[in-house]
Amino acid sequence: MGLEEKLPSGFVLGKVEDLVGWVRSSSMWPVTMGLACCAIEMMAAGTPRFDLARFGMEVFRASPRQADLMIVSGRVSHKMAPVLRTVYDQMSDPKWVISMGVCASSGGMFNNYAIVQGVDHVLPVDVYLPGCPPRPEMLINAILELHKQVIKGAPLGEHRAEINRAVEAAALNAVPTQEMKGLLA
Amino acid sequence: MAEQGKGKKPAPGKRSGNQPKRPTASRAPERARPGATPAKAGRAKTPAFDVDSDLDKSGLAEFFAPVAGFGVTMSTLFRPVVTEQYPFEKAPTAPRYHGRHQLNRHPDGLEKCIGCELCAWACPADAIYVEAGNNTPEAQYSPGERYGKVYQINYLRCIFCGLCIEACPTRALTMTNDYELAGTTREKMIFEKDTLLAPLRSGMLAAPHPMVAGLSDGDYYRGDVSGPTTEQVAWVKERRPEDESLSAAGAAATRAAKGGKE
Repeated sequence: MGLEEKLPSGFVLGKVEDLVGWVRSSSMWPVTMGLACCAIEMMAAGTPRFDLARFGMEVFRASPRQADLMIVSGRVSHKMAPVLRTVYDQMSDPKWVISMGVCASSGGMFNNYAIVQGVDHVLPVDVYLPGCPPRPEMLINAILELHKQVIKGAPLGEHRAEINRAVEAAALNAVPTQEMKGLLA
Repeated sequence: MAEQGKGKKPAPGKRSGNQPKRPTASRAPERARPGATPAKAGRAKTPAFDVDSDLDKSGLAEFFAPVAGFGVTMSTLFRPVVTEQYPFEKAPTAPRYHGRHQLNRHPDGLEKCIGCELCAWACPADAIYVEAGNNTPEAQYSPGERYGKVYQINYLRCIFCGLCIEACPTRALTMTNDYELAGTTREKMIFEKDTLLAPLRSGMLAAPHPMVAGLSDGDYYRGDVSGPTTEQVAWVKERRPEDESLSAAGAAATRAAKGGKE
């Protein structure tokens, strides 16, 4: 897009990427996306007992413009899916998604006409978190997994363009989720 | 209230829309005409429900009022910290916590799972897939006729209800207290048998190998087997001499054999 695309790649850019990744992972603000019972555990993770503030993310933003992490906690009905996608689209760009609980991840025990069978039909999911509902420790564990990813890769400049091309090519070749069979469906 | 009941005035609810500033409209009905000065009248009659009023506070209380909320903050400073430092110090779960599943083994290393699929039938979320295979004399994985050849649990469906555990007739499937399960792809969240199967404890002999001579599968379930025998170890040594579990299992078997003789 702008200047960052024109940056040359090399040692200095690599160090900058490390720094950016560390900064991003140290202050990640989740958007409020509690859809069902998992949201209770998500709120519990913010209480003093588990204290998400230790990882710089105690502020659950009600505005998607100020958030960079979406914790989809709860079953997503077909009616909610477009809303979810809209909120995701409104988040500003370096953004991540944790699919919290089995209902969000795959539909869980609700294998029926009302529930989207996995939020990855609608959004790109970075970390899947099983459990019904997952205990707050499990959520914190998933968040730390995400932090590891974020610290590793914050592609900038040339790297970013390369990676975006690779990701797009991989996505075009992948089997669509709705065509997956067996346990993956 | 009796005066209000006479019906001279419109209902209090209606009036309050016109005069939102006056909190005591219903208490002073005769002064509630539109021409009157409502705010003054209300104040004179009753203080009623005025949250901003400092009338009933003493001078000292009024002085400290702006910082009164910090009392909670200050007293919390002297209470013990309740925060669990989770990733650094893990608080143990309840002993019967429903965590990740485990497929157990008999003490001699044979698998307990017989591939009956009762867990898959019991599962309300259809998270378990089992395919049974036949035990043959050359490849005996569990006591009896069949064993679980393919065993998959989809952790993106499993709700950890434990009905599979209740259904299991051989106590092959149990739950551990392990709850750190987050993964990055859907494929990774389907756990195969190699992940679910309990690791060999020291002294166990890796399957496949024949059952203990002279015992039936019923004897296995009753707990009559305490470890591998020297015959089983010899059988494995002949066919898989590089097996890693051989040395420990061999030692355990000879120790058991000596103990039996003495």
